[in-house]
Amino acid sequence: MTVVAEPTPSGTVLATVRTRLVDWIPAIVVFCAGIAVWQLSIEIFNIQKFLLPKPGAIISAFWTQRGALWRAGWLTLKEALGGFALGSAAGILVATVLARFRRLGEALMPIAIAANAVPIIAFSPIFNAWFDPLSSKPRMATAGVLCFFPVMVNTLRGLTSVRPAQVELMRSYAGGELQIFRRVRIPTALPFVFSALKVATVLAMIGAIVADYFGSFGSLGITIKNSVALFDFETAWAAILMASILGVLMYVAVSLVERIVLQWDPTRQERGTA
Amino acid sequence: MTVVAISGVTKTFPKGHVTALQEIDLQIEPGEFVSLIGPSGCGKSTLLRVIGDLTAPSAGTVEVNGKSAHHARLDHDYGMVFQDSVLFDWRTVAKNIGLPLEMLGFDRSRRKQRVDEMLQLVELQGFGDHHPWQLSGGMQMRVAIARALAFEPALLLMDEPFGALDEMTRERLNIELLDIWRRMSSTIVFVTHSISEAVFLSTKVVVMSPRPGRVAGTVDIDLPQPRSGDTREDPRFFQKVTEVRELLRGVGADEHGSVLAEERA
Ligand SMILES: Nc1ncnc2c1ncn2[C@@H]1O[C@H](COP(=O)(O)OP(=O)(O)OP(=O)(O)O)[C@@H](O)[C@H]1O
Ligand SMILES: [Mg+2]
Repeated sequence: MTVVAEPTPSGTVLATVRTRLVDWIPAIVVFCAGIAVWQLSIEIFNIQKFLLPKPGAIISAFWTQRGALWRAGWLTLKEALGGFALGSAAGILVATVLARFRRLGEALMPIAIAANAVPIIAFSPIFNAWFDPLSSKPRMATAGVLCFFPVMVNTLRGLTSVRPAQVELMRSYAGGELQIFRRVRIPTALPFVFSALKVATVLAMIGAIVADYFGSFGSLGITIKNSVALFDFETAWAAILMASILGVLMYVAVSLVERIVLQWDPTRQERGTA
Repeated sequence: MTVVAISGVTKTFPKGHVTALQEIDLQIEPGEFVSLIGPSGCGKSTLLRVIGDLTAPSAGTVEVNGKSAHHARLDHDYGMVFQDSVLFDWRTVAKNIGLPLEMLGFDRSRRKQRVDEMLQLVELQGFGDHHPWQLSGGMQMRVAIARALAFEPALLLMDEPFGALDEMTRERLNIELLDIWRRMSSTIVFVTHSISEAVFLSTKVVVMSPRPGRVAGTVDIDLPQPRSGDTREDPRFFQKVTEVRELLRGVGADEHGSVLAEERA
């Protein structure tokens, strides 16, 4: 029997980029078509701008106020990022402890699930009373608590869904709990953790913006709220656009890290090498 | 000193009240190559796991190298090949083979040297950087075998290691395994469904009967060593094959014992 080493997929970076772009073409086409339909239908059906401004008007408002929007966006982004970091870190930490002390985990899980069902956003004004309302702390707290639950629940699920045979293999090498944790549980949990982190980026942005509504001067949320009060709908929509861009950036950043860390994961290699 | 001393081992699983093993007595001496054969579900894997202290017997005792199976496990006294390859997707083939070496504290250069030797042995040179899911089932099994041999354990517990391989590879690895067994003067407990493989490899074949799992009989294989291609043509080889087959018939199984046993169940 002869064994010939398979040629490793010799795609240059350029080729990879090209295939990636080709993958994106349908999405881009649909997006542009959607914008066109939006612009046209406003002109044809004469929709009032407080209902829906034209995309062109939103983009020009975005451009003329880019400085102010960016400052507001930066403030909200800091709140979202801070909450994301703290909430996710706490979620991973608690999950690790609960995975180690299974009994405790089983006892606390129903409580965690119940707590997850509480609309945490509702606590936003209360956090204003708990923390200095002029700092970004109450907003970070809202974003953080929103991130905490999905990250905690998913990480715990990942840490405990190891294949028993893999644990047995480690035990056959006299591996203790710590070794099993490091070499089996953590790698098994990583895909779970990353899918939770991606959800958490979205939640962090939602948390920060909604918490802004309860008073964070100069933030995106306040910009949206005040512009609507002044019937300046283009600016409100431009601020929403800014919030969307920042949210997408956070999501993409986590996806990139995931792509690097989880290169080994067969479920994300299905295409790529073909 | 006896390598494996099993006395009065019974294993029942509370789930479904299955008695997987009943009153097993078995002594394995140093340098023996013992094959376990028997219909599917007769407790071969369970017996191997009891020896390896991966599951505790409900009654009876297991001693490995004169200590409890538990201490033997903590002392890295054995290497195990499971029925499934049990590879880590997040590790490359080379790192999978190097896993036990990491656990035993081999340094990087010794690890690499050992892993390269093992890759050569199982003819997977050039696949060290691949991930397990990029290999065929048979190749994955060869990685698992390489991993078990990597730290040259004195006792090897192998659960149908060659079941997924083609006939040619299987025969070649049979010869390789015998070579390693002789060179390292190790002791091997080997589960197989193939009568001829069991007779070819072993110094002793243990035939097990199902429900509950018991030792139905043992056949000493005193064919000349080292075994080679010629062994398979030796009339005494056929004699032993027949002897084992008769024993298996007695417990309600043919060469593909699994089929018959499953149909009856
Ligand atoms: N974890 C378990 N829980 C409950 N029953 C089990 C468990 N493991 C094995 N059994 C039962 O014990 C019996 C023996 O199983 P075992 O895996 O040892 O068989 P085997 O001889 O290795 O079979 P095969 O040749 O198909 O691999 C079977 O009836 C099986 O259902
Ligand atoms: Mg089995």
